[in-house]
Amino acid sequence: MAERLLEVAGLTTHFFTHAGVVKAVNGVSFTLDRRETLGIVGESGSGKTVAALSVMRLVPDPPGKVVAGSVTLDGRDLLALSDDEMRQVRGNDIAMIFQDPMTSLNPVYKVGDQIAEAVMLHQDKGKKEAWRMAAQLLARVGIPDADQRVDQYPHEFSGGMRQRAMIAMAISCNPDILIADEPTTALDVTIQAQIIEVVKEMQEQYESGVILITHDLGVVAEMADKIMVMYGGRTVEYGPVDAIFYDPQHPYTWGLLGSLPRLDIVEKTRLTPIRGNPPDLIALAEGCPFSGRCGYERPECRDTWPELERVGPDHGVHCHIPAEERAELRSLLPRFTPEVA
Amino acid sequence: MSLLEVRDIRKHFPIKTGVLRRTTGHVYAVDGVSFSMEKGETLGLVGESGCGKSTAARVILRLLEATDGKIVFDGLDVLQASRAEMQQLRRDMQIVFQDPYSSLNPRMRVRDIIAEPLRIHQIGTDKERQDRVLALLDTVGLNAEHGERYPHEFSGGQRQRIGVARALALNPRFIICDEPVSALDVSIRAQMINLLEDLQDELGLTYLFIAHDLSVVKHISDRVAVMYLGKIVEIAGRDVLYDLPQHPYTEALLSAVPIPDPETERTRRRIILEGDVPSPANPPRGCVFHPRCPRAQERCTSAMPPLESTGDAGADHQVACYFPTRHEGGAAAGPPSS
Repeated sequence: MAERLLEVAGLTTHFFTHAGVVKAVNGVSFTLDRRETLGIVGESGSGKTVAALSVMRLVPDPPGKVVAGSVTLDGRDLLALSDDEMRQVRGNDIAMIFQDPMTSLNPVYKVGDQIAEAVMLHQDKGKKEAWRMAAQLLARVGIPDADQRVDQYPHEFSGGMRQRAMIAMAISCNPDILIADEPTTALDVTIQAQIIEVVKEMQEQYESGVILITHDLGVVAEMADKIMVMYGGRTVEYGPVDAIFYDPQHPYTWGLLGSLPRLDIVEKTRLTPIRGNPPDLIALAEGCPFSGRCGYERPECRDTWPELERVGPDHGVHCHIPAEERAELRSLLPRFTPEVA
Repeated sequence: MSLLEVRDIRKHFPIKTGVLRRTTGHVYAVDGVSFSMEKGETLGLVGESGCGKSTAARVILRLLEATDGKIVFDGLDVLQASRAEMQQLRRDMQIVFQDPYSSLNPRMRVRDIIAEPLRIHQIGTDKERQDRVLALLDTVGLNAEHGERYPHEFSGGQRQRIGVARALALNPRFIICDEPVSALDVSIRAQMINLLEDLQDELGLTYLFIAHDLSVVKHISDRVAVMYLGKIVEIAGRDVLYDLPQHPYTEALLSAVPIPDPETERTRRRIILEGDVPSPANPPRGCVFHPRCPRAQERCTSAMPPLESTGDAGADHQVACYFPTRHEGGAAAGPPSS
């Protein structure tokens, strides 16, 4: 039995704005084991980043608030901790890498200062020792001439090197859980490949659990063990990586996979996009947030959120369409006809 | 005859420093790019940020003055064109920009944005322009009521449709699409790609499609050119380039793209390039790719290899490398594809 690191249940985060209540995350649950990678997939506004920020308790309050749910780490509910206790959890137990390496480093401090700060804050180390560790960490994430680089400012680093520096900072206190929010989105593909490699190595070395937030299904196919698909603040489907790619159950997951141009498919097939536009999170219906765009919806879809239906080992879906009917509908889609699969 | 002929274009930006603004160097953004395009085809131009693909596009449209080179569009020398000739050329050549947020004037109604090219070129009466705008809105999948609104009322995908409608207003023959789908979400991106394909079929358009996403380029292009640090390093028909790439940079680029298929991902071999792209202000001597190239030898450090026909995949396949990959009997040794 794998060691369970994190258990999130019924997480619900709302933003109270002048325009109304933005229901960014609605009853999201997931678990993470040691050495496991969970990919959270969804488009902009699907709530994937807010879900991660809620776990870290970094949602700006006001206007945001975690209104329900629990986040259990080592038997403790993080949502009940004091601010001081939570500060110990961040960095030591859970660390986060953000999307934009340009804005997440402070431009007026040397890279070494910023990594050393994290080290001194969480470990009982002097400044000199912390600097020495900073240089070692930079070397470990593959920055050449780390001894000199540690003494430079962020603007002297390229985008890929900044992201490496962020990873160095995140792993500085040997956290059990690493949350990576679109870690490669701002980077070119050849640099993206380098960063993915670094994250994998670090996970191996530190035996961490990784939560990878991305809109890129290629990146999750490469890195994730299991996937959670989010839409309009809800988890519409979750399951092992193979189940999501080869036996997707939710019409939104079909849509995502059908929308992708593929490097590995030769013939020029026409893409099957999802109709319409993403939902307005203020005016969300009580029912399934995908109901307006789904194309297969029934009367109940708009009014009630479907119960979780288990379709396989660790594979679940929220959808009102009965399973046999879903299988039939899916077989009619060009991406899922037997020849292509 | 080709619709567009680009011969050895260069664009060097001066770097000025000090109070006297003396020129102390140049950014070699585009440094000798040549290709030609036939009517009705789509040429994909790929490369990483800073490789000069957008600068090349702007030079072709004369939005930037070229430092050197020759561009011929439908028999007319673009760089030597007079004001009057240029005005006609602008009707024929249009562009769709990457960022649907900054490329539309927030203070104009959508109908005015789309009518602006018609107004500038003094085409039609007010009434005729109105009708044309309505027809264009319909063409790109928006309705008449959308014309009365302002850009901020639209999502990214809808704004990009407005940008396409504006580009189509003058009935162009050639459109440069500069990363038209990069800022869009996956599901919206597919709508946009389908729209561009439909328009090409209906209107017989020729596209120069610029993108850094190799999957999108593969989907939409007939031929593909790969740029690195201001130069084209390889150009070929789409299937040849993706299945039988010969330049080590093309191979690395293709192998770096994650494929949304877990089974494939577990088995494929990935080439990971070391280091970053060098600065175009100080490009390496010799082959621009040699500092990161796994195959670089002495010869690569002295002179840039010319872009030459490979001979074995028809005259269409050109590569700029002293040590290109040779594929035995046409079998792919490159990235997986069935």
